[in-house]
Amino acid sequence: MSDPEGRRLEAQTDEGAQQLRPLSAEGVHRELVMTGGEWPEPDLDDTMIINMGPQHPSTHGVLRIMMELDSEMVVRAKPVIGYLHTGMEKTGEELTYVQGATNVTRMDYASPLSNELVFSMAVERLLDIDVPRRATWIRMLLVELNRISSHLLFQATNGMDLGAVSMMIYGWRERELTLRLLESITGLRMNHNFIRPGGVAADLPDGWQRDTLDLCDAVERGVGEYDTLLTQNPIWRERTVGVGVITTDEALALGATGPILRSTGFAWDLRRAQPYLAYDDVEFDVIYTANGDVFDRYQIRLYEILESVRIVRQCVDRMPAGDYRTQDRKVTPPPRARIDESMEALIHHFKLFTEGFRVPPGETYVAVESPRGEIGCYLVSDGTAKPVRLHIRGPSFYNLQSMDAMVPGGMFADAVAIVSSIDPIMGEVDR
Amino acid sequence: MPDDDTTDAAREEDHEVPVDDEVGAALVERFDGAVFVSSHGQPVVYVPRDAWHDVAAWLQGEQQFTQCLDVTAVDHLVDEARIVPAGVEAERYEVVANFLSHPRNRRIRVITEVPTDDPAVASLTDLSPGASFAEREVYDLFGITFAGHPDLTRILMPDDWVGFPLRKDDAPARVPVTFKGDPSPR
Amino acid sequence: MGLDQVSHNFLTGKVEDLVNWARKSSVWPATFGLACCAIEMMGAGAAHYDLSRWGMEIFRASPRQADLMIVAGRVSQKMAPVLRQVYDQMVEPKWVISMGVCASTGGMFNNYAIVQGVDQIVPVDVYVPGCPPGPETLMHGILTLHEQIQSGEILRRRADSPRGGAGLLVDQRDGARA
Repeated sequence: MSDPEGRRLEAQTDEGAQQLRPLSAEGVHRELVMTGGEWPEPDLDDTMIINMGPQHPSTHGVLRIMMELDSEMVVRAKPVIGYLHTGMEKTGEELTYVQGATNVTRMDYASPLSNELVFSMAVERLLDIDVPRRATWIRMLLVELNRISSHLLFQATNGMDLGAVSMMIYGWRERELTLRLLESITGLRMNHNFIRPGGVAADLPDGWQRDTLDLCDAVERGVGEYDTLLTQNPIWRERTVGVGVITTDEALALGATGPILRSTGFAWDLRRAQPYLAYDDVEFDVIYTANGDVFDRYQIRLYEILESVRIVRQCVDRMPAGDYRTQDRKVTPPPRARIDESMEALIHHFKLFTEGFRVPPGETYVAVESPRGEIGCYLVSDGTAKPVRLHIRGPSFYNLQSMDAMVPGGMFADAVAIVSSIDPIMGEVDR
Repeated sequence: MPDDDTTDAAREEDHEVPVDDEVGAALVERFDGAVFVSSHGQPVVYVPRDAWHDVAAWLQGEQQFTQCLDVTAVDHLVDEARIVPAGVEAERYEVVANFLSHPRNRRIRVITEVPTDDPAVASLTDLSPGASFAEREVYDLFGITFAGHPDLTRILMPDDWVGFPLRKDDAPARVPVTFKGDPSPR
Repeated sequence: MGLDQVSHNFLTGKVEDLVNWARKSSVWPATFGLACCAIEMMGAGAAHYDLSRWGMEIFRASPRQADLMIVAGRVSQKMAPVLRQVYDQMVEPKWVISMGVCASTGGMFNNYAIVQGVDQIVPVDVYVPGCPPGPETLMHGILTLHEQIQSGEILRRRADSPRGGAGLLVDQRDGARA
C-alpha cells in the first residue's frame, strides 16, 4: 500500500470526526460544541439558550444561530458562521487569473455570474483593458438573468420557510426555465465560469432572442401568480408585516446593503448610483419601500424580478454586434479553430492555460450590485500570474449582522422569517 | 523595495500625484503622515497605524462617509513586486478599509501598514458595528488583533484551530494529487 | 415446492425481497444541503425533476426520521463533527450519497479548510460526480442506490465486513481495530 493510500486509510474511521485531528496534549477529546466565542451570562433568570442549526430545514445553508429565549421572545441572537469556510481566498492565491473565475463563482452560488463579473472587472481594471461593447451587454444580460433566478430562489425558499410550501414548487418552475436558458448560453446550470477577464467565454447561441423573450413572458406570468398567492394573503401578511423592522441608520451602521437597505426607505442601488456595464444606458427603476420589515423585502425582490425582466428585454432589443471578448491575445485565448492554423495562436493558448497572464502590480476594489447587495472584489497583484490577495466583500457576510437589529425583541418564529428575508448565501458568508 | 518588475503605469502611482480628490486632499492635510495615491482612478490614502481610528472617525463624522463597507488585510511576505508610494514605510501586513459616502456618492480606501512583530490595529466597531465580523475574520485568518473589539474570537475556523490560514507562511495543506500542474510537493 | 399446482392463485417470493422493495421505495432523505449542490438537490426535488416519483420528495429535517443522507456540498473542518453527529443520529438502515465532487473528494478545494472526501467521516454508498451534478445526475445516483438496496448488495457488504461501511479495516489511534 503506497504511503498516501495508507495515510488516507489511517484517517478514515467510523468512530467520529474527533479523531481526524490530533488529540490535545492531555489526550482528551475536545468538546464538539463550538460556541464561536464568548457567550456572556444571560441577563434574566428564566431564559433558555437554544441552538438553531447548522443543520436545519430552513434552507439557508449552514448557518448556526444561538438564541437566548425568554419563553417565546428572543432576548439575544448570535449567528455562528464558518461551517462552510472553504478557504477560497487562499485557493484564489494559488490559481491563475484565468482560473480565478472558477473559484469565485462558487462563493455566492445563487448568483454565480455576479461573482465572476466583479472578479473579471477587478482584473480588467488592474490590466487597464476595456472589453468590447457586445461583451458588456452580454454580461449585463447574464447578470440580470442571474438576478431573476436568484430572486426566484428567494421567493421559493422564503415561501417555504414561512409555511407556503407550494411556493417552493412554483418558484422552482420559473427558475428551471431560467436555468435552462443559462445552460444554453453558458453551458452550465450553475457555477458557470462564463464571465472571464477580457469578456465572456463564448458568444450567444443561435435563437437566443426567441428563448429569452419566451422566458421573460413566463417569468412575468409566474411573478403574477406569486403576487396573487402571497401579497394579499392574510396569513402571509400576519407573518411578515411589521416583523423584523430595521431602520436606515441601523442598516448603514451594520454594513447592510441591497434589499435590506432599500427596504428602509433608502434608495441605493449601485446600478443606478455608480453605474457599471451598460446600466446607465438602459431603463429600469430602483425598487425601495419604507417600512423595513420582512414583507417589504419580499416585495422588493418580487418587483426586482420584473425590473430585471425589463432590462433583459432591452438587452434583447439592443444587443450590439461585435466581439464577445477583447482581442488582446495576451489575455484571452484564441478561437479553437485558429490553433490548428497558426503557431502563434497555439503558443498563446498554451501560455494562457499553463502559466496564465501576468497582471502588473497594483490593487483595486470593484463593486457591483448582486441580488444580495454590494459585492466587492479587492484584488492585489504583484506582477505574477497569480494574485497576492483576492478578497471578496460578500454582501451576505455583512447583511447577517443586521440580525442583531432585527431578531431580538421578536418571537422565535419570526427569527426564521427574518433570516429568510436577509437571504444569506453561506458560500459568500464563509468563503 | 523591489521595483524591477513594475511597469510604467504602476510607477506613475509612486510619484507625487496632484491630489485631485478633495477628500484625499483634506485627509492628507488633516493627518500627518498620510499619503494619497490614485490607484487606477480610485482614491487611496495610506495612513500611519496610530491614526487609523481617528481617520475613520473623521471620515464618518466630518466627511459624511456613511458606511464602512469592508475591512480586510493583505500579507505581502512573498510579493514579487510591490507598489508602495513614497513616504510610506512598507510592512508585511496591510489592513485595508473601504468607505462609501452615500450623500456624496464617493468612495475612499484607507490602508495602513502593520508590522509582523506587532500585528495590532485599533478596532472600528465603535464607529461602525458592521465592521465586527470583518475584523474577526481578519483576526481569524491573519492573526491581526483589533484593540477595542468586543468579541475578538475566531469566526470562520473552529475555535481550537492553530495557525492563521491566510498568512503566506501558513501552509495551504494540500493533499498531494496525481496531477502534473499540482503545486504541492510530491 | 408444493405450491406449483396452485401457482395461478399465489405469488411467492422471499420476504427479503419484499422488505428491500419497501425500503427502496420510500427512502426519505435528510436535509443536509451544504452549498451549491444543495440548490441542485432542491431542484431535483422540485416539480420538473420530481423526486416524488420514488417517494423521496419529503426531506426530513430530523435525522431520526430519515433514511438517506445526501451530503450535498463541501464539508468544512467546522462542519465535519456536525456531519458525523447527524449521521450517528440516523437510524439503521441508513445510506449515504456523496453528492458532488467536493463531498466525494474535496473537489477543486484542495486546502486546509475542506475535508478531502466525506468518506473520511461517514461510509458512503454512492458517489455522484459533478460540480454541481445536475438533478439528472443526482437521480442516476439515487437510482443506483435503489438498485443496490433492492438487490441487497449493500446490506450484504456491511454484514460481510467486520465493521460496516465500505469494508475498510482501520487501525485506530487508540489501539482498537475497526
